[in-house]
Amino acid sequence: MSEPAPIDLPAGLWSQPELDTSAVAELADVESVQSLRAAATLYYDYTPGIATTLFLRALKEKRLTGEVCAESGKVYIPPRGVSPTSGLVTTELVELAHVGTMVGYCIVNLDFTGNAQEIPYVSALILLDGADIPIYGLVREIPYDEVRVGMRLEPVWVEDSELTTSFENIKWWKPTGEPDTSLSDIADYI
Amino acid sequence: MRDVAIIATAQTRHVRADTIHSEVELIQPVIAEVIERSGVDRHDFDFTCSGSSDYLAGQPFSFVMTLDAVGAWPPISESHVEMDGAWALYEAWVKIQTGHADTALVYSYGKSSPGDLPRVLSRMMDPYYEAPLWPTSIDVAALQARAAIDAGLTSEQAMADIAYRSRTSAANNPFAQLTSSADPATLLGEDYIADPLRKHDCAPITDGGVAIVLAADDKARALHDRPAWIRGIDHRADGHHLNMRDLSVSPSAAIAAQKAGVANGPIEIAELHANFTHQEAILRAALGLGDDVEVNPSGGPLAANPMMAAGLLRIVEVANRIHSGDVSRGVAHATGGHALQHNLVAVLEGEG
Repeated sequence: MSEPAPIDLPAGLWSQPELDTSAVAELADVESVQSLRAAATLYYDYTPGIATTLFLRALKEKRLTGEVCAESGKVYIPPRGVSPTSGLVTTELVELAHVGTMVGYCIVNLDFTGNAQEIPYVSALILLDGADIPIYGLVREIPYDEVRVGMRLEPVWVEDSELTTSFENIKWWKPTGEPDTSLSDIADYI
Repeated sequence: MRDVAIIATAQTRHVRADTIHSEVELIQPVIAEVIERSGVDRHDFDFTCSGSSDYLAGQPFSFVMTLDAVGAWPPISESHVEMDGAWALYEAWVKIQTGHADTALVYSYGKSSPGDLPRVLSRMMDPYYEAPLWPTSIDVAALQARAAIDAGLTSEQAMADIAYRSRTSAANNPFAQLTSSADPATLLGEDYIADPLRKHDCAPITDGGVAIVLAADDKARALHDRPAWIRGIDHRADGHHLNMRDLSVSPSAAIAAQKAGVANGPIEIAELHANFTHQEAILRAALGLGDDVEVNPSGGPLAANPMMAAGLLRIVEVANRIHSGDVSRGVAHATGGHALQHNLVAVLEGEG
């Protein structure tokens, strides 16, 4: 069996062989199609579910709520109605403190948000006191090169008149000025 | 080959739109119920596999959140298919055949209601020539229905009869969404929604979910008095482009049926994943089912059609009838893609 003739590829990662249109005279001077842009938009009605609805309604009252796993006693936020470790329905709702410890962070130098955030900014995982899983938040009111794991943080809320059923009620998190939590105390969450 | 059986099943009460529960809240009670029925401790499943689609939820990695309902701690062996749950069952069956698992939990769910389903499904098509035209799933099915009628396989009258039979059968199915129908003559007086399809020819839009437990060999015998043994299972796909296919036949379903051994014994019931009335005739021909075979006694997809679960539900409905002792041998069919593109066939049997 003879080897097929090698295809003469132009240089470059996305190179393609030259299109042979010689069989169709009308295509002689037509530029070959390199890409096709087919815009697609789909609309969805989102149902948050019972657990998330209760969480969002509590947020409107400036409260942070979590759910307790019936098996392990661990507290999860935001609540999903089911414990992610046991698969059991969560029945106990608890209110969580408005203070926590930073257990991880990222200094963001890329503009993902279309100028909504001035870069660099700090995106962090914050373990609320009494919770067993961290939540996301922005950290401000401290130079980005001074943020550190173990730092104590508190939320900065929107004005009471602007509270809605949204996590955006918390504008960002700021240092409380308390001493840092020892890393050994948060080792399970880092 | 190892003997693998379905030893427990559970499903939701299927509804047009569940606007109360999130996906995890919808499927958790079904998973809890099937685990309870199976008699297997939730920590003792060797493998877990699920089927769902982000396109229905409108949310990337949506299946990760429903994993909460499994209780995946300590870490479990788990997989997911962006397909109907029948293919999640197939993956679990393969896993058991390889000897890496003796028990498996399989579940699938779909909230079809959040988006405009027929348009969402148009995103399955070839992205260059077909998808930019935004043909709905009903438009594509109408092309197939016309081909089936032209081939002499079915007629608008026969299709209306199937719609009537399916939805009145569903009166005995406590989980079904549609459980009654006007008589065929009245149905034929309705307007077309995509000629030759009328509304009654189309499966409804449904939110719901389903779960099963698989077990192998003696484990299955220990867990159930009358396991529903999977005697054969196979899946095949036709070409993606509609213009590469004769839409009036389903060669892929025929090959899958032959490989699964449908003809190796008498078939008492068949549950077919026919989302449109005309597809029953195409599938009867492909699977070689005689006129005496009872099709979709549950009502089938025309009575409840939770996307990503409706195929696995066909397997569940056959298994339930074997568990109860009503039948000894049945065939279940599941499909994916447009116009019966991808087809799975499973033959289930009871012993004694």
